[in-house]
Amino acid sequence: MAVETPTPFGQAVRRKEDPRFITGAGTYVDDIVLPGTLFLSIVRSPYGHARIKSINAEAARTAPGVEAVFTGQDMQRTGVGAVPPGWLLPDIKIPNHPALAVDKVRFQGDAVAAVVATSPAAADDAAELLDVDYEQLPAVVDVEKALAPGAPLVHDDIPNNTSFVWRVAGGDVDRAFREADRVVEQRLVNQRLIPNAIETRGTLARFERSTDQLTLWSSTQIPHLVRLLLALTLNHPEHHLRVISPDVGGAFGSKLHYYPDELITAWVAKMVPGRPIKWVPSRSEDYQATIHGRGHVDNVAFAVMNDGTITGMRVDTVADLGAYLSTFGPLVPTILFALILSGAYRIPNIECEVKGVLTNTVMVDAYRGAGRPEATYVVERMVDIVAGELGMDRAEIRRKNFIPPDDFPYHAPTGVIYDSGNYAPALEKALQAIGYDELRRVQDEARLQGRYLGIGLSSYVEICGLAPSHIAVGAGAQAGVWESAEVRVLPTGKVTVYSGACWHGQGHDTGFSQIVSSELGVPMEDIEVVHGDTETVQYGIGTFGSRSAAVGGVAVHASVQKVIEKCRKLAAHMLEANVADVVYQNGKAFVAGSPDRAHTFQELALAAFLANNRPADMEPGLSETTLYDPTNFTFPFGTHVCVVEVDPKTGSVSVVRYLAVDDCGRIINPLLKDGQVHGGVAQGIAQALYEQAVYNEDGTLVTGTMADYGVPTAIELPPIETEATVTSSPVNPLGVKGIGEAGTIASTACVANAVMDALRPFGIRHIDMPLTPETVWRAMHQEGES
Amino acid sequence: MKVPISLTVNGRHYDAEVEPRQLLVYFLRDDLGLTGTHVGCDTSNCGACTIHMDGLAVKSCTVFAAQADGAELTTIEGVAKDGVLHPVQEAFWNEHGLQCGFCTPGMIMSTIALLDRIPSPSPDQIRHGIEGNLCRCTGYHNIVNSIQAAAQAMSSEAAEPAGAAVPAR
Repeated sequence: MAVETPTPFGQAVRRKEDPRFITGAGTYVDDIVLPGTLFLSIVRSPYGHARIKSINAEAARTAPGVEAVFTGQDMQRTGVGAVPPGWLLPDIKIPNHPALAVDKVRFQGDAVAAVVATSPAAADDAAELLDVDYEQLPAVVDVEKALAPGAPLVHDDIPNNTSFVWRVAGGDVDRAFREADRVVEQRLVNQRLIPNAIETRGTLARFERSTDQLTLWSSTQIPHLVRLLLALTLNHPEHHLRVISPDVGGAFGSKLHYYPDELITAWVAKMVPGRPIKWVPSRSEDYQATIHGRGHVDNVAFAVMNDGTITGMRVDTVADLGAYLSTFGPLVPTILFALILSGAYRIPNIECEVKGVLTNTVMVDAYRGAGRPEATYVVERMVDIVAGELGMDRAEIRRKNFIPPDDFPYHAPTGVIYDSGNYAPALEKALQAIGYDELRRVQDEARLQGRYLGIGLSSYVEICGLAPSHIAVGAGAQAGVWESAEVRVLPTGKVTVYSGACWHGQGHDTGFSQIVSSELGVPMEDIEVVHGDTETVQYGIGTFGSRSAAVGGVAVHASVQKVIEKCRKLAAHMLEANVADVVYQNGKAFVAGSPDRAHTFQELALAAFLANNRPADMEPGLSETTLYDPTNFTFPFGTHVCVVEVDPKTGSVSVVRYLAVDDCGRIINPLLKDGQVHGGVAQGIAQALYEQAVYNEDGTLVTGTMADYGVPTAIELPPIETEATVTSSPVNPLGVKGIGEAGTIASTACVANAVMDALRPFGIRHIDMPLTPETVWRAMHQEGES
Repeated sequence: MKVPISLTVNGRHYDAEVEPRQLLVYFLRDDLGLTGTHVGCDTSNCGACTIHMDGLAVKSCTVFAAQADGAELTTIEGVAKDGVLHPVQEAFWNEHGLQCGFCTPGMIMSTIALLDRIPSPSPDQIRHGIEGNLCRCTGYHNIVNSIQAAAQAMSSEAAEPAGAAVPAR
């Protein structure tokens, strides 16, 4: 049912965009049907590391329905082919990354050839006929082994498989460790994950020779950046390129990169005249060809005093990059990880070194949380381990070390400035809601009966709302990270918002409409939000890093305010009043105190179009654009708490209860906010208990299908209770922070801590994830109950 | 070598010729243009392809088009009648039971079949009832809420009106 009144910021309304999804009328890449389309099958290396001795395409070329077969050499001959990273760290060694491999393949899934045929089946059949003579080479898939002397080199020109060594330090770490009462050390592994958006990636390209226009549809989070990178790598003029992100079936960071497949599809469209080219991989192919997430080994040391105060931290990280540098590969394990290592705590001395290591695996890049789940896992696991050594209550040690509310804006030793925070109330709210004291009692009683309950806490702070461009570019970004919003008012008073953000399930259509509706005083159905097409939204960046509210939404707000300002001036002219005396409220402009003599928004929209009665210095029309560059990141925070039960007979872990208290500043729509927390928590629980991407020694992806990889079903996940505290962000006028990734950032550590808490009677200090039944059972039966 | 098939989809009769190896999901999407049914995996795990075949929820990626000869199929496009949403569709919308929407058609088809078998399922029965449908966005929390809300709406439609309790969260 249509709602005729404006919808407030903060209201839990159902989404405008849902009708097409619940009726099967969404348009994802594979739903787009263009006449004459040819289908692309990308032939990929079955080996983790091999030399390409020769390629015989004869049988493939002559197979039924085949239009063409292209190899890396064909691509090179046209001067096209290398895919660059989009974030450069100091002294970084960049491996050359041809979109189609020429002399060597470096991971299972590395693209070798492109087969183009009249149907997907014909293309796949012909791909099997491509005769590639490989000489298999030794592969290295483990980051620590890749660093060892004598390890196979992924790239001959990159010694020790090390692309970069990056450091950050603040305070006096040596002194903190010298003066500490004790030093607590632990090796933590943050295992490699496969993002598993339910829609795989996919591309469709059409090249119109007569106009030189090339259009690429791609399931992507960053159409504007893809356009730029296509221009640079395809050698095609940027203004003749159009990139469209249609409906996207989930992404979680895995569609935040410029992929070789996008370049290949676009290039093939130019090579095969007059036919659109479509590539939609199978899930198994997507597993091999889409970035994986996480992939750290962290050697951590905490300097602590006997009363539980944490005075210093050293983190030595080896981060898996995969075989090449993905678009944001260098950013995730460095800046997005290390800068937030202080977490929620006042730790004045921090030092972190990250080695970015290449392996014969698919590239690693941003996956929901991108560096911050890894940081939170380091901090929150260590806090529990320290508490264990000191015999301190898990909540108490956190309270003791929290950054106090008066310390904000807080200058972390890593160089970031936390915008606002109030950590203790979120913790207390979580403890109260879960009934913490009673639970500890229940836990003790259960142990006497041979039942192992565990309570896990995770008090997180995350860094999002990327980012001030001067910080990002200064730190290595090859693009600005502002966001655009044009608010265009039509003569009939309808409003179109063009946003450079690019959502893929979050509900921004609704959220942004609420911003416009509440400020302009127009009903939701009078507002249309457009995104994802570089032709209609002419300038933008994209959606990632929980920035769409804090950057994209603020840009919308700023443009709306400019529209309101113009409305006031126009109304003042029409009312023959002073602008200073005119107010805009509830969709009307009037002289303060005389609301009966008002001009409605709709009247002003028409007046602006007619333009016959306007101030001399005012242009016709009512349309305003903002490119908003934030002044800082934003720092959402909270405390998650969960209860698990470990079955001693099987090692199986059940999450009995999960409760999230999150503070993302002001909330645009509580339904959307809770939805993001639910989904984020689910992925974090899955990392703790079920998921791991595994390569064997020769580089074969063992977890190569959805049947082998633990994406949880509804049975494996608990109901997820959500609460909130609200600490406005001073960084932007809406006071919003970001919530898209917070659930994942907090939850992995929360569940891991709960399991380890359950296993305390066994004297086990730490077990690496995933905490599968076998892993837990073996640990329980090795140590024995103490 | 093609095989002739004759079937009804969303109340409409079709005669077609299919390759023996063609999967039903691709027949629906590519031959009939019904792209609401999605492909999300190649191992029958994800359930994005779920439709109804002769009254049962089936994964159309695991059925050959040729096997649908003589069958009566309903896809997501056939769920709403004359522009009126099915209570399950309405419930998913109200309860924010979808985000990216890709798993949603399959999830809705499984839900309708589940509620047909068990009109008032417990949360546990719901979770087991949709275990063949993967969702990566919602964590299933609001999907369970949606299914409970749908069950309640459908039982009060079937019995006497009004006084429907607020769905449990």
